[in-house]
Amino acid sequence: MIGLMRTRYSEDEVAVRDAFFDFFANECPTTTVRAAAEGTGFDPALWSSLAAMGAPGMALPESLGGAGAALTDLAVVADVAGAHLAPVPLIEHAVTARALARAGGHDDLVAELAEGSTLATLALRPPTGDTARLVPAGAVADVLLHHCDGVTSSSRGNAPGIKLPNTADLPLAHRVISDATAIELDTDGWNRTVDEWRALTAVAYVGLAKRAIEIGVAYTKERIQFGVLIGTFQALQHGFADAATSVEGAHLLAQRAVWALETEQPGASRLAGMALLFAAESARFAADRSVQYHGGYGFSEEYDVQLYHRHATAWILQLGDPAAEYARLADAEFGPVMGAA
Amino acid sequence: MDFSFPPEVEAFRTEVKAFLADNFDESMLDVTHDGTMHVPELHAALAAEGWLAGPVPKELGGGGRTALESIVLNEEMQLARAPIDAMGVTVITAAILMEHGSDHLKETVVPALLNGEALTSFGYTEPESGSDVAAAATKAVKDGDEWAINGAKMWTTMAHIADYVILLTRTDPDVPKHKGLTFFLVPFDTPGIEIQPVPTMATERSNATFYDDVRLSDDWRVGEVNGGWAVMKTALKYERGVAGGQFMSPPVIDAGIDWATNHERADGTRPIDDLAVRERLIRAQIDVEVCRGFAYHCADLANEGAMFGVEGSMTKLFASETFKRHCREIHDMMGAEGLLTLESPEAHHGGLIEEALRHSPVTAIYGGTSEINRNMVAEGFLGLPRAR
Repeated sequence: MIGLMRTRYSEDEVAVRDAFFDFFANECPTTTVRAAAEGTGFDPALWSSLAAMGAPGMALPESLGGAGAALTDLAVVADVAGAHLAPVPLIEHAVTARALARAGGHDDLVAELAEGSTLATLALRPPTGDTARLVPAGAVADVLLHHCDGVTSSSRGNAPGIKLPNTADLPLAHRVISDATAIELDTDGWNRTVDEWRALTAVAYVGLAKRAIEIGVAYTKERIQFGVLIGTFQALQHGFADAATSVEGAHLLAQRAVWALETEQPGASRLAGMALLFAAESARFAADRSVQYHGGYGFSEEYDVQLYHRHATAWILQLGDPAAEYARLADAEFGPVMGAA
Repeated sequence: MDFSFPPEVEAFRTEVKAFLADNFDESMLDVTHDGTMHVPELHAALAAEGWLAGPVPKELGGGGRTALESIVLNEEMQLARAPIDAMGVTVITAAILMEHGSDHLKETVVPALLNGEALTSFGYTEPESGSDVAAAATKAVKDGDEWAINGAKMWTTMAHIADYVILLTRTDPDVPKHKGLTFFLVPFDTPGIEIQPVPTMATERSNATFYDDVRLSDDWRVGEVNGGWAVMKTALKYERGVAGGQFMSPPVIDAGIDWATNHERADGTRPIDDLAVRERLIRAQIDVEVCRGFAYHCADLANEGAMFGVEGSMTKLFASETFKRHCREIHDMMGAEGLLTLESPEAHHGGLIEEALRHSPVTAIYGGTSEINRNMVAEGFLGLPRAR
């Protein structure tokens, strides 16, 4: 929509949120996250259930088997998926499918992706030689898009089915792309795809961060030290207040970035880059506070809060060093560094 | 979600931009003149447009501007570096008087405020009550037909150029502190008032004001006797629409980018080509977009008639704390050159960055300290127990 200035979820968005919140609360408790971590980092049963809810094809055109919903609707799902650390590559899959739909000429494949019967992902960084390293969902995805020297290419069927051991047990794997074929998606189209990944991942980070704070706050309302609830200590309260403020700001920025991409506002790409950086930093801060206020228990594997800390660390690094993202935004804002090669 | 303004609000933004281009430029900001950022010509021009009382409902004599229009006016003024302090005090005082004032005040003072002829100042804070504002001890005692006021107020900023002060007094010391407060509008030409300057670490001046057996008729009372807290709520309600501070950083960041682009360091490199400088500036610009999100969110809530508190606390906390950081980092980037103050003809950009650095600490103190706002977020948003 345009011209309403509505900074809260609409009634329809709230309905979508509630439905998917209940879904993840039931289908994806942290035991599910832990179980996936023991295997590929991907939960096929959860993905099937999510597909039955229509999530993979939600923001694909109806003519290609999708539901024709907006990116802002998909963001509502990304928010609650993030809150539950869902071990499914919903964001990678959706933005890759949208890229193939925009490229055109892949109608059958896009229809499979809309159903969720085929899993797609993208190499967020250019390959080195014939290998794309540490591809998100690379351990399990059937279809892989990558971009190199202005050309976007698609390859299929090389999933190793095993993840590289990593910080958050994500389904990361290297992928050989020597048999890839070029598709009709230029550099602008590719950049748009990565911007969608940035904005939706920012939204997922907000979901993660809010839940991390909830877990921490709940703990400080039951933990007694020195004869009182530790939640009464102002030192803890102020740490949580700073985290919550930052996360609320991240929420408004991430949602604005998704909306700007959806409605093709000038500056949408800038907002997507900013939203990811700010949301990642906010989520890492929130998770750090929450682990800290758990004391020793926060460090133990038994407590869920450490899962949030590890995912907060990992998600943005699939794209690269945040410093490189700041530098990228700076190049767009101030021009390239003078004297640099 | 939708983060765009309705067409009529965008049209108003265009109007505001044209107004500022015609009526304001930075050279009019002469803080060294009387220690305030007040620009009388700008204030008069705002009054002529009917914008001083913009957010106050039409039936109360205001401009009937929506919260969305108010935030747009606020945003454009701050981006242009036009001071909003006098406008803010005027809107809030006028709104208080229109809702709670006697007929005498509505007929004499309100028109003078709205046409820009009269200025007011806030008299809430005292030497012994800052954050704990409801603990005000300045006494008002009924003596026949008159009130006798005795006490002292701190941070009565603009008092030395203002005509009135909206004064929070204690009228009943024997009830819980929120229930024994009464407001008065006090003309500064009433006998018994002394205004003393309070120099600050910034160039700007504030004041301490002293009230020694100040005599007022009941016409100057605002709201019910012992009903001061209800009046305070009106003040807070309008502060949502006009309270500034969400866009303090952009002029400082822009001046910093200008400096970093157009100056060479001793080794011949430009600061803007330094990766550390670039990251800091981008981080600052991200903070600005976060502030913009908060500002529009609060305006959206106010526009829907929603009462809110924690969103305002978050906005104030984030905007002022990041403003302090931006000032520090951008000032540091200038090295020794940054030390030159606005009195120096060599100061870059009229000393804007150095002046902002010295001003910045107060932004996390006035209108609710960062600590008070963190308490509000912890209790009101996170549901943590009261910690004081």
